[in-house]
Amino acid sequence: MTNETYQPGHHPDLPPPASTVGVLGWMRANLLSSPLNIGLTLLGLYLIYLVVPPILSWAFIDANFSGQTREDCVKEGACWVFIKVWFKQLMYGRYPNTELWRINAAYIIFAISLILLLIPRFPWKGWLGLFLLVVFPLIAYYLFVGDSFGLMGVETPLWGGLFLTLVIAVLGIVASLPLGIVLALGRRSDMPIVRAICVAFIEFWRGVPLITVLFMSSVMFPLFMPEGTYFDKLLRALIGVMLFSAAYMAEVVRGGLQAIPKGQFEAASALGLSYWKSMGLIVMPQALKMVIPGIVNTFIGLFKDTTLVLIIGLFDFLGMAQLAATNPDWLGFAVEGYVFVAFGFWCFCFSMSRYSQNLEKKLHTGF
Amino acid sequence: MAELSTTAAAPPARPPIWNDPRYRAIFFQVVVLILILLGFAYIGNNTVQNLERQGIASGFGFLQTTAGFSVSMSLIEYSEEHSYGRAFLVGFLNTILVSAVSIVFASILGLIIGIARLSRNWLIARMAMVYIEVLRNIPLLLQIFFWYFAVLRALPSPRNSASLFDMIFLNNRGIITPAPVFEEGFWLVAAALGIAIVAVVIIARWAHQRQERTGQQFHTVYVSLALLIGLPLLAAALAGFPLSWSFPELQGFNFRGGVGLIPEFVALMLALSMYTAAFIAEIVRAGILAVSHGQTEAAYAVGLRPGPTLRLVIIPQASRVIIPPLTSQYLNLTKNSSLAAAIAYPDLVLVFAGTALMQTGQAVEIMGITMGIYLLISLLISAFMNWYNQKMALVER
Repeated sequence: MTNETYQPGHHPDLPPPASTVGVLGWMRANLLSSPLNIGLTLLGLYLIYLVVPPILSWAFIDANFSGQTREDCVKEGACWVFIKVWFKQLMYGRYPNTELWRINAAYIIFAISLILLLIPRFPWKGWLGLFLLVVFPLIAYYLFVGDSFGLMGVETPLWGGLFLTLVIAVLGIVASLPLGIVLALGRRSDMPIVRAICVAFIEFWRGVPLITVLFMSSVMFPLFMPEGTYFDKLLRALIGVMLFSAAYMAEVVRGGLQAIPKGQFEAASALGLSYWKSMGLIVMPQALKMVIPGIVNTFIGLFKDTTLVLIIGLFDFLGMAQLAATNPDWLGFAVEGYVFVAFGFWCFCFSMSRYSQNLEKKLHTGF
Repeated sequence: MAELSTTAAAPPARPPIWNDPRYRAIFFQVVVLILILLGFAYIGNNTVQNLERQGIASGFGFLQTTAGFSVSMSLIEYSEEHSYGRAFLVGFLNTILVSAVSIVFASILGLIIGIARLSRNWLIARMAMVYIEVLRNIPLLLQIFFWYFAVLRALPSPRNSASLFDMIFLNNRGIITPAPVFEEGFWLVAAALGIAIVAVVIIARWAHQRQERTGQQFHTVYVSLALLIGLPLLAAALAGFPLSWSFPELQGFNFRGGVGLIPEFVALMLALSMYTAAFIAEIVRAGILAVSHGQTEAAYAVGLRPGPTLRLVIIPQASRVIIPPLTSQYLNLTKNSSLAAAIAYPDLVLVFAGTALMQTGQAVEIMGITMGIYLLISLLISAFMNWYNQKMALVER
């Protein structure tokens, strides 16, 4: 053992103490730094022990996956056979089996265009966006409703499941966007009457719960229309959802308009652009880009709220699960249905919220 | 030259009247107003005709007629013989009750989870994050259904109900707890409590003023606690403890005595508070993060201890960020309580816009009243929010 000597300040660096690096160091810093922290960690572990193993054993280990009837569910855990048997209804409602390809085709067109749209370097984004907003709804309408181009007509009462949820949410948001933009512009207008009307409209729809809007659209729309006009139940719900979400959309767009510096408006006027041209060419493109995260958040809220249509008798994703759970042959499997539907909603909402958070980060880099 | 100067002095040519922005604005507004009035007239005319054709009465006279339906839960006395107006009041009070109780629980739970989300303990922070991400991405209606149909319906029948110390019982008819029975002389205790509260307010003001003036502190908390507990206790001793409890007892198939909460209420309250708590937690987290760390360090530097730092420096600044979105969450919760209709909790929507509308068919009046009430609540809350914002806004010197 040599006892080397060093000049002061020339000793080689020692490795850090073992207790501050690696897994051990991380655990000391993040889990066990103080008595209180140790206690909290133990409490957390106990809670996990209470919650996670029963869920795992119910959902996977003791669950029943194979079979066709409820008699096949012999084990203690979840009966996923229930979901398997009702899967078609949960996804498409009572849409005729032979016509399901029409829904799937629309899904595929939508998914492909959306994926292309999300690729940052895709060159024809404008055209694709226009296609999605204008052409695709027409295609989807003819595909879903049918009754022309040699397709069989499918009545809307047969629509249901996740398909109906998506139709209501997507149509609600797409249709409410133009109305929302007009309302937001009106609310910031210099004309007092226009502004008052827009403020009243927005505050009215934002102040009442969606369920009363749906009640109103199902009982009162028939009263508002001349005798003999017949409105589809789905159409009535859609009008209600659209008016409701337009008010929320207007507030989101207004936020974007307020964030545009005044110089942009003034520069547009200085160039001699008319009101609509300066809005359409200068202000709106910037404002709308800024509020995409807000629009996505509104969409998430609306997507979750579409479940309310089951109260006025439409069978959306949750409504179908509820219907399946009250089927006399399948009583007692409500939990499986709820868990499946919750998982479906969660996947959609969680991925959308992550996307909007990402976008927010990306949009903030310029500031 | 002369010509040039005259043209320069002449006022610019006035635009033709149809190009003048002022007249254009007036013209445009008049057109919009006329269109909207025509639209309302069209709708109103159709409605009147449709109502006449269907033979439905109009007007608010129905509020005085006998309702003839019963309601499963009511805070005020109500039976089938009471009027529609009374039924409306029952529904309204039930909405307020479930909203108020859920707001309290959601705030407490949200505060705890929001703080846990910021914990230095990795495990606790992660668990709070999982709670938030799971609960807020699942539709509220689904959560209500889950608690009502999957959890509370699966509880044992009253005969086999789960009990806590044989006092609180849990079964598929809800939760039954002992109920306080107020005997004669209880008003003395209530009065003592009132006096104690007034005294505490006065003492707190006096202590604050004295501290401003002289810098001396006063043990407000201990004195207040002593007053709040001591005075009512003294009054109760004087009146001979005028309070007894009625304990629930199993008789036949159901419980007698005690006070019961119907399962619809419990399910709605659980779902509303747990769902809203996830949003409140995020608001609390954002509010605390919004106060820069320099504020804490500055407070420590001037010698404040952690408790006063939190109370005097962090919370006042965080609350400026937290309160506005928090009130809008409370508003959302109140509006969401209308989902009660899906599990038949007798709230405003179910009792009034549901049953009463089905029976009378007076859709216009009933939907008008129902939406008006919700609108009133939301306008009141936003008025409060504006007032609070003004009060709390940064005063720049």
